Amino acid sequence: MILLDLEGVACRRGGRLLFEALSLALEPGGAALAVGPNGAGKSSLIRLAAGLLRPAGGEVERAEAALADEHLALDERRRLGAALGFWVEDPEPGIVAMGLVDLARVPVRILSTGQRKRAALARVIASGAPLWLLDEPANGLDGDGLERLEAAMAAHRAAGGAILAASHQALALPGAQMVRLG
Amino acid sequence: MTALILRELRLAASGGAALLPLIFFLLVATLFPFAVGPDGPLLARTGGGALWMAALLAALLPVDRLVEPDRASGVLDQLALRGHAEESVALAKLAGHWLSFGPPLMLAAIPASALMKLPGDVLLRLELGLLVGTPGLAALTLGVAALTAGLRRSGALAGLLMLPLAVPLLIFGAGFLERGNETGALQLLGAVSLLLVAGAPFAAGAAIRAGRD
Repeated sequence: MILLDLEGVACRRGGRLLFEALSLALEPGGAALAVGPNGAGKSSLIRLAAGLLRPAGGEVERAEAALADEHLALDERRRLGAALGFWVEDPEPGIVAMGLVDLARVPVRILSTGQRKRAALARVIASGAPLWLLDEPANGLDGDGLERLEAAMAAHRAAGGAILAASHQALALPGAQMVRLG
Repeated sequence: MTALILRELRLAASGGAALLPLIFFLLVATLFPFAVGPDGPLLARTGGGALWMAALLAALLPVDRLVEPDRASGVLDQLALRGHAEESVALAKLAGHWLSFGPPLMLAAIPASALMKLPGDVLLRLELGLLVGTPGLAALTLGVAALTAGLRRSGALAGLLMLPLAVPLLIFGAGFLERGNETGALQLLGAVSLLLVAGAPFAAGAAIRAGRD
């Protein structure tokens, strides 16, 4: 079973070819890490895999996926727990895993940058989707947050999930395929 | 789908966003008699049309809060990721928006018609016309909101896009208020409104998709 299958994918943004003939397959337990300088197309690769961008060439197939990118997509006026509850049936596992228990009753609008990142990752963790798409998941996280993220990623892979991450920061994904862009 | 409609209603209620068009509508109804003078028969003759104008302009106000915040915050992306078609998201938004716009506007039309000294039968036809026409207005608002999402200073552009398209609603809505013109105008108003409601989710869905590239 393959959770994410990119075949000869090309990406064109604003008339500029970012990458082409990129192939990548993720099986249960697998992981891939996209690296490259700013503007190399790391985020575009994540959006392509999510199906939010159409590839200029090639084929994308994927299992059910959860996405954490720079957009929080939580209603600012609601409490964090309720806002997460709009997206996932039971946000509790994610809230616990990312250490947000004390913040579950706090309105989303007063969360800090790092807490917002944790919230976006909590939604991914609680989603139950086999494929995680993480765009710069370590951005804004403190040491504790990064440890929690890496523990959650390891647990997800051990349970048969797969991860495609894009990051310019060091991220512990043992045995991950490296996708070098740019 | 239900969760999406409920979310639209919650967003409309939060911070009084849904009140803004109503206050605007009532404000116009208050100002109009000051402008044309306290001549009862004149007010009664022109007031119904003025209220339709006010409804049209009030429908413009929610344009910037219907689609753009959800696009910018990634909500539309997350919905797409979960397999919701853009068209069904737009349909849910349309339903939620109309519920927070149409019925309250019909309620506000009662005091507004008193300010315009409209006779009872004209008020009745105004209410019926609004019931049939506001779904069309809400559909126009949604379509234009999706088309202008992500543009800077979209407010003025939205007005330019929307008001010409709303002319048929205005003609048949106001036309229905004239005595002896009853059935034909209402049927045409219904036809225009239905066309807008049927087309808006597809136009808005396509606009949301196109906005991602």
